[in-house]
Amino acid sequence: MYEVRFHGRGGQGAVTAAAMLAAALLEEGKYAVSIPSFGFERRGAPVVSFLRCSDKPIRQMTNIYAPDCLICVDPTLTRSVDIFAGLKPGGTLVQATNKPLAEVTLAPNVATVGLCDAIGIALQVFKKPITNTLMLGAFARTTGVVSLEALKRSLEDSDFRDAGLKQNLLALERGYNETTVHTIERRAVA
Amino acid sequence: MTTATLEKQTPAKQKVMLVEGNEAAALGVALARPDMVAVYPITPQSSLVEHVAKLIADGRMDADIVDAEGEHSVLSVLQGGSLAGARTYTATCGPGLAFMFEPYFRTSGMRLPIVMSIVTRDGITPQSVWGGHQDAMTVREVGWVQVYCETVQEVLDTTIMAFKIAEHHDVMLPVNVCLDGNYLSYGTSRVELPDQAEVDAFMGDKNVNWHVALDPLRPMAVDPLTGGSSGRGPSTFVRYRKGQCRGMQNSLRVIEEVHEEWANRFGRRYAPLVEDYRMEDADYAIMTLGSMSGAGKDAIDEARDAGKKVGLIKIKTFSPFPVEALMKSLRNVKALGVVDRSVGFRWNCGPMYQETLGVLYRLGRHVPSQSFIGGLAGADITTTHFHRVIDETEALLSTPASTEPVWLNEKD
Repeated sequence: MYEVRFHGRGGQGAVTAAAMLAAALLEEGKYAVSIPSFGFERRGAPVVSFLRCSDKPIRQMTNIYAPDCLICVDPTLTRSVDIFAGLKPGGTLVQATNKPLAEVTLAPNVATVGLCDAIGIALQVFKKPITNTLMLGAFARTTGVVSLEALKRSLEDSDFRDAGLKQNLLALERGYNETTVHTIERRAVA
Repeated sequence: MTTATLEKQTPAKQKVMLVEGNEAAALGVALARPDMVAVYPITPQSSLVEHVAKLIADGRMDADIVDAEGEHSVLSVLQGGSLAGARTYTATCGPGLAFMFEPYFRTSGMRLPIVMSIVTRDGITPQSVWGGHQDAMTVREVGWVQVYCETVQEVLDTTIMAFKIAEHHDVMLPVNVCLDGNYLSYGTSRVELPDQAEVDAFMGDKNVNWHVALDPLRPMAVDPLTGGSSGRGPSTFVRYRKGQCRGMQNSLRVIEEVHEEWANRFGRRYAPLVEDYRMEDADYAIMTLGSMSGAGKDAIDEARDAGKKVGLIKIKTFSPFPVEALMKSLRNVKALGVVDRSVGFRWNCGPMYQETLGVLYRLGRHVPSQSFIGGLAGADITTTHFHRVIDETEALLSTPASTEPVWLNEKD
């Protein structure tokens, strides 16, 4: 079982991203379940959504409390939300940011970091800070859990509200190509 | 017989897709080919009827859709359609269900085989738009058949089966397919979409309301005033009620038959009334309902790995309550924990627990038991919660049970 928690703000498409990632994993023959967090979602408010994938059917229809990976599609969120709560040791963070690694908020359990200037690229591609498909590309690059090709096919089957398929495919590809992946070396505790 | 075996070996090719529970329900509705749908969207069933409306607008579903001014009208409109011989469908939840209560009661009394999804939601007040079973539980005593689904795939499959169960001549009762608001309605999962021709063959010829089809050329009154204390009133009324009760009891058999037929044709087998999960040699058991059951089963696997002799009993058919089937599941159980996603205010316990007490009495031996209440108003019931349920149920083997329910999310 591999578990991902998406963090974003209402309007950035974190819930849609989880569903698109689930569809891409399905393309690759895996089982996948995504669940949105529930509330009165409104633009700008912190939101989370969840994704589980496995080679076997998934029975739990619950939220995720100990994710393997965090995808944070908003660069300012770590100021107001503890996105690292419950992250498994050796976990992965895929973060939208234009900062270098040294200036990114991390937690002790993070072992792999993928950084992507998703807002900057989104403003070029969409003229709006919609970062979800970009960050799916960043996730694929960082983890290899899903292929770029499967994500493309998943996007082709999706309905987009704020932009067209062509722009989203470009965003996906740029997210994939323009993500830097870092491994955090930590000395073992004596 | 030979055909059934062949079908079992080569279940019809089915398209694999990723859908939310509400869309799965809508796809099931489309495959069942209703003639008429009436809707009044309300969260969390709103996307369900939006999907249905889209399927009709896209020409993928050939049904009349009525966007009524409220839920009371929704069900009243469908009653007319059903009386005229149409296959009818709607969905509701929470306050919408409350608002349609008067025609809801009438639907079962008139033996109208309407299918209605309840995208279950907690009751108000305090104000809440989130999931819970309180709405469906509140109307459990009104003569509708009510089944609860565990997975998105089961929502799709059960929605189709519901029409066949409702319209069976030994049943002729409305059916609620309950899917947990939020966790199932907006949970997105892989499903296999049955082939339309296979579903058509499964459903057979449409014969809805053969006993009371309205016909302009043959005017007739339905639902006459009856009852009272004189003349033929009392015995007529009793005959109606007995018929309803017989239809409910018959539905237990029909639900089993229809599930068996479904399994043979489509290769997916669901426990129709009560599911026993790892109950072989179990000393004690926990009981679940709806989408919580998946996490419950995972917790049972972990407890079994730790050497605990515990199993899980899942109720699918809640109304009519499957007394005989549950007695069979409980025959060797020495302690029982029942997890409800709603509150029974009168008994200070969960409603499913309260129903189960009657079954435990019929067993004729004392089984210590405990009511657990969790997942109210959208709260989660995780494997961690289930481990607590398992541990506290195991403790009943040696220490007396409390008369107070355990509130699983009290300290979350």
